[in-house]
This record gives sequence, C-alpha cells and structure tokens, in this order.
Amino acid sequence: MVEAGRAPAARSPVSSEVMIEMRNVHKWFGAFHVLRDVSLTVHRGERIVICGPSGSGKSTLIRCINRLEDHQRGRIVVDGTELTGNLKHIEKIRSEVGIVFQQFNLFPHLTVLENLALAPIWVRRLPRREAEETAMKYLERVRIPEQARKYPAQLSGGQQQRVAIARALCMNPKIMLFDEPTSALDPEMIKEVLDVMVELAESGMTMLVVTHEMGFARTVAHRMMFMDEGQIVEDSPPEEFFSRPRSERTKLFLSQILRH
Amino acid sequence: MAGRAQPVQQEHPLALRPSAATVGVVGWLRQKLFSSPLNAALTFLALYILYLVIPPLVRWAFIDADWVGSTREACRREGACWVFIRVWFERLMYGLYPREEIWRINAGYGLLVGAGALLVVPRFPWKHWVGVFLLVVYPVIAFYLFVGGSLTVSLVTLAVILALIGGTAVRLAPAFRDRAWIAGWRRAYPVFALGALAWLALGERLLGSAPLTVSVHLWPMVETRLWGGLFLTLVIAAVGIVGSLPLGILLALGRRSELPVVRGICVAFIEVWRGVPLITVLFMASNMFPLFMPEGVNFDKLLRALLGVTIFASAYMAEVVRGGLQAIPKGQYEAAEALGLGYWRTMGLVVLPQALKIVIPGIVNNFIGLFKDTTLVLIIGLFDFLGMAQAAASNANWLGFAIEGYVFTGFGFWLFCFGMSRYSQHLERALHTGR
Repeated sequence: MVEAGRAPAARSPVSSEVMIEMRNVHKWFGAFHVLRDVSLTVHRGERIVICGPSGSGKSTLIRCINRLEDHQRGRIVVDGTELTGNLKHIEKIRSEVGIVFQQFNLFPHLTVLENLALAPIWVRRLPRREAEETAMKYLERVRIPEQARKYPAQLSGGQQQRVAIARALCMNPKIMLFDEPTSALDPEMIKEVLDVMVELAESGMTMLVVTHEMGFARTVAHRMMFMDEGQIVEDSPPEEFFSRPRSERTKLFLSQILRH
Repeated sequence: MAGRAQPVQQEHPLALRPSAATVGVVGWLRQKLFSSPLNAALTFLALYILYLVIPPLVRWAFIDADWVGSTREACRREGACWVFIRVWFERLMYGLYPREEIWRINAGYGLLVGAGALLVVPRFPWKHWVGVFLLVVYPVIAFYLFVGGSLTVSLVTLAVILALIGGTAVRLAPAFRDRAWIAGWRRAYPVFALGALAWLALGERLLGSAPLTVSVHLWPMVETRLWGGLFLTLVIAAVGIVGSLPLGILLALGRRSELPVVRGICVAFIEVWRGVPLITVLFMASNMFPLFMPEGVNFDKLLRALLGVTIFASAYMAEVVRGGLQAIPKGQYEAAEALGLGYWRTMGLVVLPQALKIVIPGIVNNFIGLFKDTTLVLIIGLFDFLGMAQAAASNANWLGFAIEGYVFTGFGFWLFCFGMSRYSQHLERALHTGR
C-alpha cells in the first residue's frame, strides 16, 4: 500500500449533473453472468474507486461505460447519450470518455508525441501543430516532456502509464476510467502514477478508478464501491467504507488487503 | 543529450583485460573453428570440400571461358561459352520486342530506377509525392510506353478521370484536413464520386459516341505476344507484387471480420486459390477462360496471366498478413477504439503498421516465391527470362549451351531475389522501434 500522503479533505464539490446512469445492467460472457443487475449514478466531478476480488466484474463494469464491452440488458446513458449498437453514439461517447489500461497499451510503432497526437488529429481533426502543442502541454502535466521523441519501449513502466494518461487527456474527455492502472507496475513506480492521478482528481475530473491502492482511495474518492460476483455490494463514502463496512464480504476483503 | 558533459571514464581498480587468447583473430579462430577436435576436423573437411568445388568452378566460369565472338565456333568448349549469352542477350532481356522500340523498355526502367532512387535518399522531402507518382502515374506511363499504339480518348472522359483522382486526393490528403471548406467537400464527395463513376461506366454508351475525342499516336503498338525475356518476368512480378499486397491485406482483414458474409467470402476465396497449383490457374486463365467469354470478347493472354498470378499470390499474402494481425495484442485494438478511432483508422493507423512490420520476412518471402514462379508462364506460351534461355538453347545453331543459359538466368534470378532479401532486412532494421 502506498500512502498518497495527503489529507482526505479538500475534495472538489460534486455537481448535481448526472454524467453516467446505469440502470439494471446485466452482462454475460457465454453462460457466465458477469454483471448482475448493476445500477449506478455518477455525477459530474464525482470520483469513485471500485475494488473487489478478481473476477468480480469491476473491470467489465467500467469497460461497459465506453462500450469496450456491450451489455445485454438494462440501460447505460453517458452524458445524455444512450449506449446501444448505434456506431455514431459509440464513437461520440468514446471520444468523451478516456480510459487507462493496466497494460498501458501505448502504440509501440509511434513516438510518445505521436501516440498523444494521433486521436486529436484523426478523430478531432485538429491540425498537426495544434495537436502536438496540446500533447506537449499534457506531457508537461504528467512531468515527462523530455521523453516526447522516444518510443514507448524506451520508457519505464511508470513513464509509459503516465504517457497513457496524457494520451487519454489529449482528447479532452469529460470522464476518465482507470482499469487497475498501477497493477502492472514495479512498486517504486506506483507513486509517480498515483501522484498524477491525484492531481487530475484535484482538477475536478469525473473519475472511475478500479484499484486496490487504498491510500489513493482514501485521498481522492467521494465514494467507495466494493463489487463481488457481479454486484455492487457496498457503496459508501470512504470514511464509512473503511471504518464501518456494512457487508461481511467487504469486511473480509478489507481485512485481507489491509493486513500488511 | 546535447551539451551535457560526458562523465570521464575511469578505469575501475579491479578492471582486467581479457586474455589475448580469447580476443582478436586468434581468439575468433579458437572459439569458432577449432574449439574441439571434432570441430577442427569439420573445419578441415569443409575447407577440403570448398577446395574441390571452387577452383574448377572458377576455371570453368572465368579462366577457361570464351567471351568474344559471335558464332559457336568462337568457343573452344574448355570452359563456359559466354558468347552464347552475348549473342542472345537482347532476346534474353527483351524477348521478341522489336529492336528499334527497345528504348521504350529502357526508358520505363530508367524512370522506375530514377523515382526509386529518390525514395531511397534519406530525408528527401517529397517522398509522399514520389510514392503517389510510382503507384498512380507510373503504371499509366509504363503501360503506354510498353504497349504504345493509337490511343483515342474523349477529352470529357479524361477530364472526369482527372477530376475523380484530384477530388479523391483532396478528400484524403492530410494537407487539406484543416481547411474550412473540407467539411462541405466531404459531404459532397460521395455524390461527386458516384456521378463520375457513372459517367465513366455509361456516359459514352448513352451518348452513342465519345465527345471531343483526341488521338494520341506517339509510337507503334507492340503486341504482348512479342514481350519476353527478363522484361516479361519483371512485368509479371511487378504487377503481381504491387497487386497482391493490397488485395491480400483486404482479404486478411475480411477473414478476421465479424460480419459472417464478408468473412465467408474471404475464407472461400483464400482457400480456393491456395488449394490449386499455380500451373492450373495459368492453364485455366489461358485455355478455359476464353471458352466462357462471349464471342468476340478477347482478353489479352498476358493480361489473363497477370490476373491469375496476382489473385493466386494475394491468397498467400492474405495468410501471411493474417499471421501478423493475430500477433497484435487485443489491448492495441481496445486502446485505438477507446480513443474513438473507428474500424478503418484503427486498422490503418495502429494495427496494420505493426502487423505488416512483423511479417516483413513473410511478405518478402512471398515476393521472392512469386518472382520465381513467374517462370511457369512458359506453359501458356509466354517466354519469360528462363523460357527465352531455353528457347535459345534449343536453337539449331546453338545446341549444347543449355548450361550457360541456366547459369546465367539462375544468376539473374538470384540477383533480384537477393536484392529483395537485403532490402527487407534493411526495412526491418529501419522500422525497429524496440519491444
């Protein structure tokens, strides 16, 4: 566990505007029921940390929000647009929702700068120069502007993940999803990535983060969620979540990951 | 980093130098050739075999060979008779192409080599335009250079073709992407393109005659049955290579498509063409195909062979490219799609550049195979490089020089194939970005 070393106060206010609305969402992988009747409302500026044992459906849940996975029952509305098979809607939502993956998924054949400028140029249709200026701005924000001309393979894991965060930010998203962003990193690199995420949180970004970094969760989360067997078992503010979890499964899980 | 002082290299107090017996020429010999008694024996055996083979070969090909003269009597028959090649050289290079027109082929070669050289120059600024020239303009020029004859074109049709090419280029070129008017053009483009294509397909037929025609007749027509030698080999190989790669990429993408109809068509196409020998394809193209065509429609035999070779090669290419596509991790597709790049941009900007880079050895392997397979066109009566050599060796005045012909053509094929192989290795190094 890494302590982010900040007080849990100073949380930016949450707007009443609804950004994500999930209603009675079900999903199956073949016969396996991954999401069971999940309902969730996320407001603008809200930061939610989701944890739970592996296979509990937490990754699938956030991947449904930009339709990397499709749901089979229920409704998902993101920023006023419902996710259906409609490709136009999917592309609109994908250009508004950024995602950061566990394995970074940078494009190895492009330089860092090209990785960042690719989507703004080809999706937003910005002129190359403008896209590269924006890219440099975000590289400075994640504190690696000097790596702009390198290829991803020349960077450390922590640097690659920060590039991945900057790449998502270049599309100027309204929502950022994080799918276990620090799980593939060596311990000494986790902090540099979490620091960037804390800064992003302080800027008021709407964030859904799947992680087991409980120090980070305490610092930034408005709401903590615990998922198990495809259901949201616990959904409460972090103070309550850590001190007085309601369900037995949450207590057991917390005792396991907080033991050390 | 520029301007930063390099730290002074200091000898570590415990630094030792490797002993002389493990470095340099002596070290290399000891390690690579004489590391054990068995290896030493193998080294000597290999040297002995080389001794048996190389000196007689050099004597045959160079020392005892006959180089000058113009008849078979000039050859003393002690070594190779290169007079044979010298006499038949023009045929081996150009087939039966009329002597006074051969400059057209050479001009075509010259243009190609000139443009290709520009592509190789590092940091040449207009490489994109050279590429467009080679892929779009050059084939048209080369076609008229090699075929020639009278060309009657309607100026209207010509204008439509130019407008279509220009309009498409503006629609796609990155240079115009941030102009204010491009969005309007993008919306108008489908109507424009459909209209242009409709005119090309039907316009002249509806009018009953071609309006505003002009005739071009710069040089006489040379029928393709006169084409031959290395020239024919290069034409078939070039068309096959340039045609099979894009077709193969589309087939590979189709085979991995989620649309069942597209996938089914692509799988069937690939499996059918991969399942038959090239000889069968060529034979069908040459002999069976005309039977199915209506009376009077006559496809050029070379054109049929070109189509057959291209389609055949594209089926193999598709499988090589598919191998590359499968090597790209799922995360790459997901990352590209999550950024809002749609299917074609995900493929074109993210997946294919990586996949093709991985399978460069396989692609070039196919190119080399295709290059050598062109010799099979002999069975449909086209005389390629090798076919010409065989024809020359069976000439009544030159019987008995088949070996010289085979050695010469073999060396010619090797030069081209080795060149392709070296170029592919260079590409692999140039495109390497780690990982």
